Amino acid sequence: MSRLQTRFAQLKEQNRAALVTFVTAGDPGYDTSLAILKGLPAAGADVIELGMPFTDPMADGPAIQLANIRALEAKQNLLKTLQMVREFRQDNNDTPLVLMGYFNPIHKYGVPQFIADAKEAGVDGLIVVDMPPEHNGELCDPAQAAGIDFIRLTTPTTDDVRLPTVLNGSSGFVYYVSVAGVTGAGAATLEHVEEAVTRLRRHTDLPISIGFGIRTPEQAAAIARLADGVVVGSALIDHIANAKNDQQAIDGVLSLCAALSEGVRNARK
Amino acid sequence: MTQSQTDLRNGPDANGLFGAFGGRYVAETLMPLILDLAREYEAAKIDPAFNEELAYFQRDYVGRPSPLYFAERLTEFCGGAKIYLKREELNHTGAHKINNCIGQILLARRMGKKRIIAETGAGMHGVATATVAARFGLQCVIYMGTTDIERQQANVFRMKLLGAEVIPVVAGTGTLKDAMNEALRDWVTNVDSTFYLIGTVAGPHPYPAMVRDFQAVIGKETRDQLQAQEGRLPDSLVACIGGGSNAMGLFHPFLDDTSVEIIGVEAAGHGIETGKHAASLNGGVPGVLHGNRTFLLQDEDGQIIDAHSISAGLDYPGIGPEHAWLHDIGRVQYTSVTDDEALDAFHKCCRLEGIIPALESAHALAEVFKRAPTLPKDHLMVVNLSGRGDKDMQTVMHHMETAKQEKH
Repeated sequence: MSRLQTRFAQLKEQNRAALVTFVTAGDPGYDTSLAILKGLPAAGADVIELGMPFTDPMADGPAIQLANIRALEAKQNLLKTLQMVREFRQDNNDTPLVLMGYFNPIHKYGVPQFIADAKEAGVDGLIVVDMPPEHNGELCDPAQAAGIDFIRLTTPTTDDVRLPTVLNGSSGFVYYVSVAGVTGAGAATLEHVEEAVTRLRRHTDLPISIGFGIRTPEQAAAIARLADGVVVGSALIDHIANAKNDQQAIDGVLSLCAALSEGVRNARK
Repeated sequence: MTQSQTDLRNGPDANGLFGAFGGRYVAETLMPLILDLAREYEAAKIDPAFNEELAYFQRDYVGRPSPLYFAERLTEFCGGAKIYLKREELNHTGAHKINNCIGQILLARRMGKKRIIAETGAGMHGVATATVAARFGLQCVIYMGTTDIERQQANVFRMKLLGAEVIPVVAGTGTLKDAMNEALRDWVTNVDSTFYLIGTVAGPHPYPAMVRDFQAVIGKETRDQLQAQEGRLPDSLVACIGGGSNAMGLFHPFLDDTSVEIIGVEAAGHGIETGKHAASLNGGVPGVLHGNRTFLLQDEDGQIIDAHSISAGLDYPGIGPEHAWLHDIGRVQYTSVTDDEALDAFHKCCRLEGIIPALESAHALAEVFKRAPTLPKDHLMVVNLSGRGDKDMQTVMHHMETAKQEKH
């Protein structure tokens, strides 16, 4: 079983949802970002999404746009992001790690080389925002052939007719983007999320994680009662943006992570 | 003259690909919309009522056909090829942009959309979009980079007069690429109500094909007009390229006429060797941005590099995928001219023909000044005069003053 499968199976046994955290690799700099990454599992992150910085993050709101700019200014690139994963894996072999970003840096790196290097570094899955199922042959298929999961985003606009197309070739888990919009935008209502999860369940047995607009332990707990995973990104990244120094950035992200984790862990009790 | 027929006008395929270029690389939120748009466009394209209405607005609102004008003095000055100007600058709103806007606004109305968004660089597409939105009573939001707002203030004012909201985009260098990112962000947020009126032959399928089809009226008219005036096909076509819509509009109806030499002119800015340019084909490599696979200005890590051109309309790090393909197969020759060469051509056109061209179109003219003198007098050359230069007064004035100061 893959790390993602194992982790979601364990949590199902414990009757709780996964806390999925997103941070951008190299934000605000390599060392601080690595310290955050290494600290996340102990702070309660069950699955880690690590952003691959890109100059033109078209589906992201201001918080993650700025994180991308900070990381790029600190000279982060795909080579270094893969190096971060390697260093993370030196003392963590259980927490699934998913790389998230846009296609062009991977395209430039070269798809076969990227897949080989990502696998070797210990990457478990990919979320590539601008890579719809219509282009499966270019990245999704070779990644899965190498044993890397390809996680699809589904959205409020993905209707019942389209869902099978999107889910065909999805693996690891399904990421439901609960609002039509960019990352960090307003949250969806619980009614909407509940309806969406019910709809997705009809189409897939994969774990369903909900993201976009979830910022507080209370919101995380509410979503954790409905879905298999809760994704938080922009709220964590705001702690990096607002930190006065690197230590504050690390402490800020990890203490919010701990609070979110507590919310998720106690949600179904 | 023999004419062998090829089949270069059939693209793209069902997946929106021109060879290896094009496609639909967008976030899932947008996929259903883009598929829906493709279906609606395919239906509209063969609907006689849609085409009649389009023809009506092209004639009575835009002012088509635009003249194909024999540029006698320009021809004399160059002393070679016989030069014709396709006068797209005489269209309503002063450029070729309105050809596409009229087509897309009719489609938006057909789809029941109430809100129109667009990105703009030089502001010509923004003005054309604001114009058609006003004509059809639809809400209009234009995204424009802060750098472009600074250098195109007259167009910003025009858009506001026409009732559009102009939203400044600070991100990146505040130019066309950043405006396009922000327009895409708006679109994913307002999927139900909003129609994204893309201004060039780029973006996810069906935009490159659809915008080309609406702009192909330029080439179709040119064909008929030259037939009437000279009784034959042109020997060469010249057009400037940012995203590439005016060029694709002129080129497309001639792609299968192998006797016609076709030249696209990119913006070399300060010179391709300086790295400060907007020549995606001559100075870029293939990649994926804004929904399509095409040639892009990017660094070794796949990060997008900001384009530079004196002309805001060419200031984009990508190019339409059909151009990428035509470059790849060698059907179209893509050259480049610098800011200085374009400015020189701008002044010559003003003095020789009494036509103030847009700085974008001045790039095409600069290529004509290089090429026409070397060609025989019976060589028929058609240049797309894609826009008028009124919007560029400030930029040109600034450069003349700077040049004067440097002399002293």
